[in-house]
Amino acid sequence: MSTFILALVITGAQVLLALAMGCGAFRILRGPRAQDRVLGMDSLYIGGMLLLITYGIQTGRTLYFEGALIIALLGFAGTVALAKFLMRGEVVE
Amino acid sequence: MIEAPDLPIWAAILVGLFVLLGASITLIGALGLLRLDNFYKRVHAPTLGTTLGTASILIASMICFSTLQTRPVVHEILIIIFVTLTTPITLMLLVRAALYRDRSEQVETVPSDTAIAEAFITDDEPSSN
Repeated sequence: MSTFILALVITGAQVLLALAMGCGAFRILRGPRAQDRVLGMDSLYIGGMLLLITYGIQTGRTLYFEGALIIALLGFAGTVALAKFLMRGEVVE
Repeated sequence: MIEAPDLPIWAAILVGLFVLLGASITLIGALGLLRLDNFYKRVHAPTLGTTLGTASILIASMICFSTLQTRPVVHEILIIIFVTLTTPITLMLLVRAALYRDRSEQVETVPSDTAIAEAFITDDEPSSN
């Protein structure tokens, strides 16, 4: 019984995280300027990472942790590169 | 795809509570991304998800795997430290780039230097005489 309720709660949390990712995707598509789109992409990365961790809790495997760590690393690198591109017009000087 | 690990009741309550709390906080932060009207206001909203939301869901993951493997599993703390350290750096770089772009194009909604300076002047300072 407690397993079933926990499964329902985790599925509900995944729906909430998917809605949060939808808000980020809206900001990517409709952002008035480029910095809004970069902000939406950062939010989308964080939502995807949290969704992967909830999948890891659901299946009971530690396999998803490495994926979440890589998403966090690449999200940081990507957002820094895009911010630097908006500032200077080029990424590597 | 309804499934969940077979946890004892106290761990199931803690895991469910933390997962739901973290997901709700992340959604509240992302809704701020939709509702706020200015980029300089919007940039504050998703940090709610990157600090408290991430910490809650990863604490739930730590409790779940520590109970399943009957030993302390704390490698999720790597993600907490990494995300908490890098979010201010990325957003400061992004806001600095946005400020540079807005000032060079002279957009109306940029916070000006005089407004920022007036916000820091206190009453007990000597006036200009």
